[in-house]
Amino acid sequence: MTSALSITRAVNPPRAAYLDFPLGHTAGKPHQPRLNRYIVRDALTGFETLHQPGQMLMLPYEWADDDAWKDGVMRPRSPTEQHDDSRVERDATPQYQTEHDRALAEAELARGGCATCVWLDEPGA
Amino acid sequence: MPSTRPPVDYIERTRDQYSALGYPPYQWVENAELAPWAELAKPLSQCRVGLIGSGGIYKTGQVAFHYKDDTSFRIIDTREPTSTLRATHFAYDLTDARSDPNVVFPIDTLNELAREGFIGSLAERAYAFMGGIYSSRRVRGRLAPELANRIVRDGVDVVLLVPV
Repeated sequence: MTSALSITRAVNPPRAAYLDFPLGHTAGKPHQPRLNRYIVRDALTGFETLHQPGQMLMLPYEWADDDAWKDGVMRPRSPTEQHDDSRVERDATPQYQTEHDRALAEAELARGGCATCVWLDEPGA
Repeated sequence: MPSTRPPVDYIERTRDQYSALGYPPYQWVENAELAPWAELAKPLSQCRVGLIGSGGIYKTGQVAFHYKDDTSFRIIDTREPTSTLRATHFAYDLTDARSDPNVVFPIDTLNELAREGFIGSLAERAYAFMGGIYSSRRVRGRLAPELANRIVRDGVDVVLLVPV
């Protein structure tokens, strides 16, 4: 599945299903299980209906009644404003959603490690 | 009103943003050759379906991802409630993924499709990583082959990839 058409075209996977939603919603909208079921079901049908390498299904779902959300993506809010880098500063410490998550993970590590965390060529965090 | 604007071209917008910020251009992965083709060997209704997502999903009790070329991944038990899933990522708005992880990691959605019989089953293990990895060499050389080995070992017939 993808919500970034140009990137997926560049990566060139054998098959894909494109959903024209904002990033962070590749498989649907929050708390809309019916809609999400249609989206994922339609994406999966590509495994049965696409027979040419490089084909992409264009899923028919729309994020909103109009496409205005697209205008502001990665762009300054007005012509006089500067581009800003909204991404978070990057460092190599775990970035927990909550402090409670951190406490649970650290307790798990203290008990002997996280069996379902797999680090490849990096040392454990 | 129906869709009036073309798909957002993230490559072009990233180029513009990087240029405005004075960064060197981002090197997107471009594969001229197609990946090897494999037809589905049986109907979806008989397939064990796997799930791999790059939206930075982890489960409470697991170590969260960090934001500096983290090539690690988490094994997620698809039979456990998705209310214990969390999301962490530096490059997209996490609000909705934190409210309902199914938007980037559709476990409930796939479990529902399995209950209905649209797919044969959802594999017991799904895999999650944080896709903001700037080294495509490490993804290609380490992470992708490791995930591929795992899903083959899990006996899945087909895998849904859900990037962000």
